[in-house]
Amino acid sequence: MSRQSLTKAHAKITELSWEPTFATPATRFGTDYTFERAPKKDPLKQIMRSYFPMEEEKDNRVYGAMDGAIRGNMFRQVQQRWLEWQKLFLSIIPFPEISAARAMPMAIDAVPNPEIHNGLAVQMIDEVRHSTIQMNLKKLYMNNYIDPAGFDMTEKAFANNYAGTIGRQFGEGFITGDAITAANIYLTVVAETAFTNTLFVAMPDEAAANGDYLLPTVVHSVQSDESRHISNGYSILLMALADERNRPLLERDLRYAWWNNHCVVDAAIGTFIEYGTKDRRKDRESYAEMWRRWIYDDYYRSYLLPLEKYGLTIPHDLVEEAWNRITNKGYVHEVARFFATGWPVNYWRIDAMTDTDFEWFEHKYPGWYSKYGKWWENYNRLAYPGRNKPIAFEEVGYQYPHRCWTCMVPALIREDMVTEKVDDQWRTYCSETCYWTDAVAFRSEYEGRPTPNMGRLTGFREWETLHHNKDLADIVADLGYVRDDGKTLIGQPHLDLDDPKKMWTLDDVRGNTFMSPNVLLNQMSDAEREAHVAAYKANGTKAAG
Amino acid sequence: MTQSAVPKQRSFPKIEFTDSEAGALEFPSSKSRAYNYYQPAKLRATMYEDVTVDVQPDPDRHLSQGWIYGFGDGPGGYPKEWTAAKSSNWHAFLDPNEEWNQTIYRNNSAIVRQVDLCLQNAKRARAYDGWNPAWLKFVERNLGAWMHAENGLALHVFTSIQRSGPTNMINTAVAVNAAHKMRFAQDLALFNLDLSEADVPFDGSAHIGVWKDAPEWQPTREVVERLTAVGDWCELLFATNIVFEQLVGSLFRTELVMQIAARNGDYITPTIVGTGEYDYDRDLNYTRNLFRLLTRDAEFGETNKALFGDWLATWVPRCLDAAQALQPIWSQPADKPVTFASSLDAAKQKFRSLLEDLGLDSPKELDQ
Repeated sequence: MSRQSLTKAHAKITELSWEPTFATPATRFGTDYTFERAPKKDPLKQIMRSYFPMEEEKDNRVYGAMDGAIRGNMFRQVQQRWLEWQKLFLSIIPFPEISAARAMPMAIDAVPNPEIHNGLAVQMIDEVRHSTIQMNLKKLYMNNYIDPAGFDMTEKAFANNYAGTIGRQFGEGFITGDAITAANIYLTVVAETAFTNTLFVAMPDEAAANGDYLLPTVVHSVQSDESRHISNGYSILLMALADERNRPLLERDLRYAWWNNHCVVDAAIGTFIEYGTKDRRKDRESYAEMWRRWIYDDYYRSYLLPLEKYGLTIPHDLVEEAWNRITNKGYVHEVARFFATGWPVNYWRIDAMTDTDFEWFEHKYPGWYSKYGKWWENYNRLAYPGRNKPIAFEEVGYQYPHRCWTCMVPALIREDMVTEKVDDQWRTYCSETCYWTDAVAFRSEYEGRPTPNMGRLTGFREWETLHHNKDLADIVADLGYVRDDGKTLIGQPHLDLDDPKKMWTLDDVRGNTFMSPNVLLNQMSDAEREAHVAAYKANGTKAAG
Repeated sequence: MTQSAVPKQRSFPKIEFTDSEAGALEFPSSKSRAYNYYQPAKLRATMYEDVTVDVQPDPDRHLSQGWIYGFGDGPGGYPKEWTAAKSSNWHAFLDPNEEWNQTIYRNNSAIVRQVDLCLQNAKRARAYDGWNPAWLKFVERNLGAWMHAENGLALHVFTSIQRSGPTNMINTAVAVNAAHKMRFAQDLALFNLDLSEADVPFDGSAHIGVWKDAPEWQPTREVVERLTAVGDWCELLFATNIVFEQLVGSLFRTELVMQIAARNGDYITPTIVGTGEYDYDRDLNYTRNLFRLLTRDAEFGETNKALFGDWLATWVPRCLDAAQALQPIWSQPADKPVTFASSLDAAKQKFRSLLEDLGLDSPKELDQ
């Protein structure tokens, strides 16, 4: 279809909307934003007549590549270190995708602009596509990769795992609370516009380097839909900016959304890229370098900064602090070490790091070895059962961390931990911003104005509390992370499948009692707690420089 | 003369043969190659089930930490209280159309090609030249009005519902329904554009006034607008796909347009409207399955039937009013092979049959 006829067709389609006079659509999902004075902004034009064949063609290419991968025995050359992390990633990501579909009517309800309604409804179908195409990729991995355990229980594991819960924010955050906060600022303006770059552009590079060209095939196809979504989000953002009353809410939501996306996405994708790869060429980009390119330059400098011309205060301090956490405070390395500490309650296996890995990390992150090298050597030393407990229960100079109440990634940069009594409970936070999110932003009043539509932090937020004072073997069994012989764990701290004696069983982990740091914290006297927190913070990995 | 740059040393990852194929080794779970966290409907899981079931978690199934975000005035996630209907197992619903991304794009692309070919042929054959003025006016006004209804249902009924259902299977089926409606509404609009650009007396903007002001279409517009105002997602689905589509949608599309267009020299409109009929047939399939599940529920079947009876009492009179108001348009074409009375009788009969299938009593208004 030519551009001229597309424009004409799109103009015709806009005639389909009308102003209701008998009844107005129900407002199922409220917002504290107002669009009364907003000029209508158009997103990218898309009509179904061209949309369906375009997507069908994209699908055909994806499925052709999948067939080719199987015929060409792609799994002869896939690195297990890489594919194991896909058990976690691909258990998480279909939920945020389908949540994005579910979020679209929230934005439609909130924004009075039929042009945008069309774009959002098309995005809804895109997101159904993304979710199911990713589930299908995972099924292909399960069918063709050497170790299907973990893929085979994927959605159950996602729903009961500590890491799955962290990832679930990147999904529940799209569909709950203030419609604009959730479906526009958190989902589109930050998650899709900024962080899909690391998810769907940076990470597939690493997959290909590890012999897996199906992840790039699928997620690049997904990413090719994102420009329309970004356009939807930007149109709504511009409409919101037209009303001065929205400004404090926009600034609140940009702070919350930016920081939460950083905490969650950088934790996960940073770990997959840095610790899931076997490609240790010195000139391949580290996650920090990728982040600088895709997030700092492409998003912050090219997208966020220009918003200042509309008088919006953008969260420069949080962008810089995210960068600081990644480059100086070892955020990704801390997360990887935490995931590896928790290996018995994972549904994927985590490979040990070797001298080659050490050398690469030291080259990219000077000082890495002195902070993390010894721990990974211990991880390697304690990899097999029989003579030792799982590393979390051995003395290796690592204290199991407190969980951040807000982002649910633990407070791993220990000197930054905030401890406060909120809603009558002692809670720990990874950062001042996560504390602010819980105590200030997600409340029914913000800066003196009522914000009844803002969401709430709910649920059993600290995974450890659910399993407090239980034997590790019982926890693993309850979670269902056991292989089909009824005793061997799915998670293993190594990749050796050739010798059954190297694989940990329930009996090997029995006798270790798991304690929730938050339960213990709340049982302490004030003096005990203060001493405990001071020691925890002092044990932190100090920022370099 | 420019100095040629020293070629940059190329750097690329090294391929390593890892023998990580299925079957390379035997160990616990090495043959566990099926999703094991749900029970498929038949012995072998379908692709649809594998890519759909449990993607939307549920605290009643595996979601151990519950929903971690809530609304300001209530719980987050997908509360079952968002509808008055009850089920002892919402997860038992599976979409009989088994829609997932491949079917969505294959099916709709096939329809796009069919419509596109039809419209191209119509132009090439100058098909519109042979239409009589009365039929041109009929299409201009009535098909033009109807496309608004389809679009309104797409954006403010089906797109809306798919946020609220308690399972991924329900919400995905409804999302596909929304896509159908949006494509069909747009196809009608673009057909309207073709006609307005053809060398025939056709006012491409007349549909706006007809939909907004023509007396015969106002009760239909009122029902559509009232539908969009319903908060209970299950009532919204019931009122739209079970009641409105039967008594108004099918009455107009199946019992009028599809019956009379050919007799008025028009082979284009039935081809396009037929795609909407095909969509509705599929969409009714999943809707029928869902409501049959609810009326046959061992625990809640009877209370659901009573509830649906209330919904019928609300929506049947409104839809019958809309249907009756449309009566004058049966007289507009030059060739009138069906009467309004026979069309309405046929629509009512199909509606009764659908209600019977669901185990619901026919409301008395149908006999009046």
